[in-house]
Amino acid sequence: MAGDLANTDIAATPAKTVALPDLIDMPLLRIEGVAKRFGGFRAVDRLSLDIRAGEFFALLGPSGCGKTTLLRILAGFETPDEGHILLDGKDIAQVLPHQRPVNMMFQNYALFPHLSVRDNIAFGLRRAGMTRPAIETRVSEMVALVKLEGLEMRKPDQLSGGQKQRVALARALARRPQLLLLDEPLAALDKKLRESTQLELMELQRRLNMTFIVVTHDQEEAMTMAGRIGVMDAGRLEQVATPRELYEAPASRWVAEFVGDVNLFDGQVASRDAHRLMVTTRDAGTLSVAEPRQPLSRSIVSVAIRPEKVKLSRRGPAMDGASAQAINRLEGIIVDTTYLGGLTVYKVKLDSGAMVRAAMANTARLDMDAYRASQRVVAWFTPDDCVVLEQ
Amino acid sequence: MSAGSIFTRPARLAAIAPYVWMVLFFLVPFAFVLKISLSQTAISQPPYAPVFDLGEGFASLGAALAALSSDNFHLLFSDDLYVLSYLRSLVVAAVSTSILLLIGYPIAYGMARLPKRWQAIAMMLVIVPFWTSFLIRIYAWINILQHDGLLNQILLALHLVSTPMVWLSTDTAMYLGIVYSYLPFMILPLYATLAKLDPALEEAAADLGAAPREVFWLVTFPLSLPGVGAGVLLCFIPIVGEFVIPDLLAGSDALMIGQTLWLEFFTNKDWPVASATAIVLLALLLVPLVLYDRLQRRQLEAAR
Repeated sequence: MAGDLANTDIAATPAKTVALPDLIDMPLLRIEGVAKRFGGFRAVDRLSLDIRAGEFFALLGPSGCGKTTLLRILAGFETPDEGHILLDGKDIAQVLPHQRPVNMMFQNYALFPHLSVRDNIAFGLRRAGMTRPAIETRVSEMVALVKLEGLEMRKPDQLSGGQKQRVALARALARRPQLLLLDEPLAALDKKLRESTQLELMELQRRLNMTFIVVTHDQEEAMTMAGRIGVMDAGRLEQVATPRELYEAPASRWVAEFVGDVNLFDGQVASRDAHRLMVTTRDAGTLSVAEPRQPLSRSIVSVAIRPEKVKLSRRGPAMDGASAQAINRLEGIIVDTTYLGGLTVYKVKLDSGAMVRAAMANTARLDMDAYRASQRVVAWFTPDDCVVLEQ
Repeated sequence: MSAGSIFTRPARLAAIAPYVWMVLFFLVPFAFVLKISLSQTAISQPPYAPVFDLGEGFASLGAALAALSSDNFHLLFSDDLYVLSYLRSLVVAAVSTSILLLIGYPIAYGMARLPKRWQAIAMMLVIVPFWTSFLIRIYAWINILQHDGLLNQILLALHLVSTPMVWLSTDTAMYLGIVYSYLPFMILPLYATLAKLDPALEEAAADLGAAPREVFWLVTFPLSLPGVGAGVLLCFIPIVGEFVIPDLLAGSDALMIGQTLWLEFFTNKDWPVASATAIVLLALLLVPLVLYDRLQRRQLEAAR
């Protein structure tokens, strides 16, 4: 990752050991067994997480999963009941918010309505006791960074949503925090602006080489921006992984269902050979799937297959000897098609009665190859495209 | 008016109702008072002259108009009694309002930070004194403050004083009564403003390195200024014209303008001077009222 490389002393580190800093360096932020209860409700449940300097990390989860509470603990607005938060090796769990080298961009920006854009950005700098000329210079820098030139004297209520978002970002970045926390930074923007702002945020993070932790409920946003994603549910981290790993190798059934769309078949491991597991499922017969990296501890499993990895054909795939055995073939009738522009999602009702969703790219403009409702088809997928998950 | 207009007949009636109210119950009585203030006192019924009597034709009306003079207003500004009364009223109102702000702000701030459930209860506690008549509550204070009243009994019992202190008929008693009576009018607008304040703003200030005291003075207080303005005017204006509290609790050596007005009207039976006193009082109070109006308008514009 670009962020990691930039943080490594390239001259002193041979190219081969680029992955090593992970092991030898203390992470910038270490969250150790942090727990927070509100009454009887466990908002954060003994959670541990390491974040390296220069990372763009996303906390993803449904509302109420504890991701915002965790962010507020990092900012200092909530004190954890248990655990340690080590920032650069120092425990900051009990440090007051105004004494932390951490800044936050608030969900609805929380711009001071009585102050101009300039004074909003200068607020944190004045508290830091910077000299007047130094403040002037830094404010101009930040204004240029977020492209707000000419709007310095405006009050927040004279700005558009996108401009407010930029002021909030400039204000949070102005103190050059070791760690920037972003609480749903794009939630208040419309879709088009959100997409361009995502790219700008990534660009900015890379250029400033800062550590960003963003909280979001929008998985596309997390996937686009973050180098690593922590998926949270019920106060715990279900999985911490790169976007690709999260999608292609979900650690649990819950993660598979939460991130993206998935077909799941419950079953039992019947046999295993070299690199294949045979799983007997109730709805889809016996499926041949790739052996998981982590050995299974139980034989009751779910087989997960993403819709875009399910292919459809009228007769079934053309096969040659060896692979013919392995490919999973399910026969059924198309009951529903949903055209989404780039993709069309087909719902296939299997002969067992179960449903399988297959997403096919619309590579041709004219729909000559499209399948129609009540057409009989073969849905097929390879063992390597399946993921076996313990239930 | 087009057929599709939202101003149907009942809606139009509702729109003019406040104006009718103002004309009937404010403008017309004000015209009476203004006219009396320009008349001369007379031993007659009513006790002033000239009297407009349409029964005697328009010629006499002209004569009556010619008899009006501004003598009473000249008197108000030439006699120390009135000037001192006005001054005392302004000073008492300013001091009381300052004390009210100092006491009311922390209470309102505390209320706005209570859990939602408790806020409603705190609000009830602020309003509950209104369920007892204002006059009865002032009489209760007389009871507490008098020579053998509750306050002196407590002070004696605690051995803080050896002989009963004089509380009643002092400025202290008057300020106590005013602050006690007007506190809800200071707390409620302040509370309304502070409760609306987005807590994220204070968090943002803390996040940007502001210590708790700086958070208050740089963010909370400036953003509560509309509430401060409303509370200050809501207290200051009626306190200037206050009559009952100074009359019952303060001494008689210095009078507020309300008391002077009462004396002119009921004791001296000088309706014209009493009316002139009222008109000048109104003119004085118009200044803060206009300020308040402008403040509100600025807020409305800011809210747009």
